[in-house]
Amino acid sequence: MNIYPVADNIISPMGFDTDQNFNTAMAGGTGIKAIEDNTISPNAFYGAKINNAPELSQFTFLENLFIKSISDGLGQVGGLDMSRTILVVSSTKGNIDLMDAKKAKLFGNRIELHAMAQAISDHFGFRHSPVVVSNACISGVSAMLTAQNLIQMGQYDHAIVTGGDILSEFTVSGFQSLMAISDEPCTPYDANRKGITLGEAVGTILISNNKNTGQPTVEMMGGGQSNDANHISGPSRTGEGLKLAVEKSFKQAGVNASDIDYINAHGTATLYNDEMEAVAFDRLDLLKVPTNSLKGYFGHTLGAAGIIESIMTIKQLVAGQLLVSKGFDELGVTKPLNVVKKQQALVNARLALKTVSGFGGCNAAIIFKKL
Amino acid sequence: MNLEIISYSSITSHSASSNGETITENLTDAPFAEFSKSIYKKLEVPYPKFFKMDELSKLAFLAGEIVLKEIDTANWNGEKVAIILGNKNSSLSSDQKHYESFKDRDNYFPSPAIFVYTLPNIMMGELCIRHKIKGENSVFIQEKFDAQFLYDYVQHLFEAEAYEYCITGWADYLPNNYEAHLFLIRKSSGEDKHPSFSENFKQLIR
Repeated sequence: MNIYPVADNIISPMGFDTDQNFNTAMAGGTGIKAIEDNTISPNAFYGAKINNAPELSQFTFLENLFIKSISDGLGQVGGLDMSRTILVVSSTKGNIDLMDAKKAKLFGNRIELHAMAQAISDHFGFRHSPVVVSNACISGVSAMLTAQNLIQMGQYDHAIVTGGDILSEFTVSGFQSLMAISDEPCTPYDANRKGITLGEAVGTILISNNKNTGQPTVEMMGGGQSNDANHISGPSRTGEGLKLAVEKSFKQAGVNASDIDYINAHGTATLYNDEMEAVAFDRLDLLKVPTNSLKGYFGHTLGAAGIIESIMTIKQLVAGQLLVSKGFDELGVTKPLNVVKKQQALVNARLALKTVSGFGGCNAAIIFKKL
Repeated sequence: MNLEIISYSSITSHSASSNGETITENLTDAPFAEFSKSIYKKLEVPYPKFFKMDELSKLAFLAGEIVLKEIDTANWNGEKVAIILGNKNSSLSSDQKHYESFKDRDNYFPSPAIFVYTLPNIMMGELCIRHKIKGENSVFIQEKFDAQFLYDYVQHLFEAEAYEYCITGWADYLPNNYEAHLFLIRKSSGEDKHPSFSENFKQLIR
């Protein structure tokens, strides 16, 4: 069964729709800046924070973003048969700001991810209970692959896949305690990289088994998921888990490494993640393929990352233009990864590979083919 | 494809059981910290890392030890094993501990040892490390144990990818309200020795 992305939206500090985000990134912009906000961190830090967010008072900040993002996506396609449509939500921490008891009072039990998803679903009057995926930093790609599975099972024809996380004191303080946050905007794959920059974003991608739902530009060919079985917070040194996920995605898509024209990797800019990816891509014989990380534009957006980066992967593939891997200057991994340093055309490209890896040792990969 | 349930395990605040047979009971109504330790001792598992885990991971780990008791996981092909779980409260208990560590600026002590457990999928990461499981692991956050959803998903997983085993079920932890019910699923051998895997699989829980 063929599955097509038919509509999308990205909300980040770079804009409130996909085109604004893509054009800002193409023009060399970024959502990352110095943040001095005592409600998030006692000290100034670099991050990507959304300002001027829409505010319906009965919804939390994050729920408002989800609603705006889904509305934009749904507006791009004519009346979907909602009896055949499922909402799939990806988030790592959801309404984590509701840990604050004063805030929690206003929003009932919506710190629970299923309750948050149901509130969003109820706003739109969706018929089916939403499916919620929470697989750490791979959640976005997991959610897309879950949606693909649900459609292939024959239960639905369309899926609204939405993912998001906020920039919160919860995650900032935690990653700071791990010494994982860079004191400069993150620089994936660079020799001087110092760790991650956290970001806030929501993204939505509608997928359908009907090509005539919207005007798809790519086909979703399939994917794969795996676990390192090595460490809960450190990437494997061998890249074995990521290699396995990518191999599964090749198998499901019916392609080989030599068919891949572009890779949008995870590229968090921690020493170990980026090195692990380089080792895995070496073992997969993918080192020559132009590769970028989008964390220099969005920061690491956790539950949104897999979705918004997949949307940007599709945009680049279709535009035939690759974004600079922002922050990258001098190669800082042990394998000669082909990191996109200058904006470059992608001529006659057909296939793009998107990869993610996360805490818990999980990895996922997904493949898109230009129509 | 016909699938079967090779084994199943349950842990609640009252007892721990294997294939419906009680292993140990929490007769003194001990809190999880104590009861989990007593199950750990009862199972005679030499795995000191257990003591570093948060409660949700301990719960899933112990239920995993029981459900995989008969399997030589050191020598199975972990790439062909998946874990697909349902959960309601994510990592809320660890989230609360992490929150306590940063909410007061005059008493600010966020700890990596706690923060790394503030994700619901970490319990599956622990199971993967312990049993060399390298396939897909996904956790779906549900208002209640949605056996129909998990059944459909697992059934599809076996049909779409060449998995040999899948651990599915439910693991959820709140300090006074916790339960884990894990089921080890395999392609049916056709021998009628084990219950078949159906959308009613949670009825095995007593």
